[in-house]
Amino acid sequence: MVKEIVIKADGLTKKYGDFIATNAISFEVEKGEIFGFLGANGAGKTTAMRMLCGLSIPSSGNATVAGFDVYKEAEHIKQNIGYMSQKFSLYEDLTVKENIRFYAGIYGMSRQQIKEEMNTLLQQLQLFDEENSLVKSLPLGWKQKLAFSVAILHEPKIVFLDEPTGGVDPVTRREFWNLIYEAAAKGITVFVTTHYMDEAEYCDRVSIMVDGVIEALDTPTNLKATFNAASMDDVFLKLARGAKRSAD
Amino acid sequence: MNAVTVNNIVKTYGTKKEIVKALDDISFEVQQGELFGIIGPDGAGKTSLFRILTTLLLAEGGTATVDDFDVVKDFKQIRNRVGYMPGKFSLYQDLTVEENLEFFATIFNTSIDQNYELVKDIYVQIEPFKKRRAGNLSGGMKQKLALCCALIHKPSVLFLDEPTTGVDAVSRKEFWDMLKNLKKQGITILVSTPYMDEAAMCDRVALMQLGKIMSIDTPENIVQEFNGQLWAVRSSDMYRLLTDLKTFPNTESCNSFGEYHHLLLKNNCGGEKEVLEYLHERQHKNIDIKQTQPNIEDRFMQLMNTN
Repeated sequence: MVKEIVIKADGLTKKYGDFIATNAISFEVEKGEIFGFLGANGAGKTTAMRMLCGLSIPSSGNATVAGFDVYKEAEHIKQNIGYMSQKFSLYEDLTVKENIRFYAGIYGMSRQQIKEEMNTLLQQLQLFDEENSLVKSLPLGWKQKLAFSVAILHEPKIVFLDEPTGGVDPVTRREFWNLIYEAAAKGITVFVTTHYMDEAEYCDRVSIMVDGVIEALDTPTNLKATFNAASMDDVFLKLARGAKRSAD
Repeated sequence: MNAVTVNNIVKTYGTKKEIVKALDDISFEVQQGELFGIIGPDGAGKTSLFRILTTLLLAEGGTATVDDFDVVKDFKQIRNRVGYMPGKFSLYQDLTVEENLEFFATIFNTSIDQNYELVKDIYVQIEPFKKRRAGNLSGGMKQKLALCCALIHKPSVLFLDEPTTGVDAVSRKEFWDMLKNLKKQGITILVSTPYMDEAAMCDRVALMQLGKIMSIDTPENIVQEFNGQLWAVRSSDMYRLLTDLKTFPNTESCNSFGEYHHLLLKNNCGGEKEVLEYLHERQHKNIDIKQTQPNIEDRFMQLMNTN
């Protein structure tokens, strides 16, 4: 079977003046893969992610996402991806139903489609009793699961998750990862950042960024073998301890 | 002497229709010089508790003291003697690093020189940037400056509300090293965190969930309270393994933990052998099963399920 590459970065670089936020990173992500994108604060993860989402134009290098070029076809990229972060996900002062309808509409789904998907989604998340509640009244864990489901409602090729599980209780955190597994099994590629090192173990492959470059990229098992480490936490510490810069 | 006592504290939010109990009859004590952790996810009530103890919020019921001062009656004395670092960065963004520190020293009637020893180890790391405005600092540096400002009046009790949230694994370790050094200087520290693994760094911890304390003890004792023998299991297909183990009739609970799943079996079942048979029937490959020690997160989830 030929592997289908859905993200391809080649020497992708972003400079802000003299500062090289992302320094010539190259990697490929396959369809249906759960790809962990790790790095210390300030390593350049967010910058790289923004370029891949078509939100920031690279200074140099190339990248295609879902087959579209990040320079010329950013709008096509946006239509073919989903995005969710802990900081921004849903509108707090809209109800559950309103949020679903709003996001599905933005992603170009028809009214008929939205109607059909709405019920399936509410059932899946067991949110029928809460469908007319304001999102701000939901517990954080429910919000995060809803936000993720909304981000993949239009069946994007890739979903980008930026620290999706920060501050969530340990049970919900695991439920959230089950949703990630289900999405990947359906063929949706998952590109995820996290500060929880046990979650790095759940990824098919993991890249670790240090000071703007990708220092390591492999399966968790191989990374542990390469760096002679007992856990991904150790791998991360070994690589990131040498980091020169720190930022948000 | 107790540095902090909390007796039956209740705090609710919301209107008559929808009442949220942020703190539901909470009681505990923290001894002088202790490094005390409050571990729980968002919505556990950690911030409300800290704001009540630092006299910034009034409880509806119960009493609390800090250094034997009452949080309601003696709020002025308490404000003079505690340091508080809120979860959200709350320094003056348009003052420089040096000006912020100077400002906080001055409002507590002291000077940087007078208590420099206490903050020295942390301050030297940001001193090269002392002329920079606080708003232009990186996340890690902001955190260090905020800690210096909370310390500069030599507080007897320090309250740190989620200082490591959103911080990478390396910086988190550095931060806890700083706290250990502060503890050596005799300061009582109360620190809240959603990261369960940080519990191990504390003398004692309270596990909080939805306004209640589920358990309070040393990290070692909390782990020992875990009921039952825990197994670590893995195979080639971890997701299918998880769903299969969850539907196994003799499973009490099964949770993913990094490269292994943690499995707790019901009492009186055949143990390891039975699990292996079941998994072989379901064509799992490269099965590895072994006894393992529970950690704080295992115990936290066990408590969540029983409460």
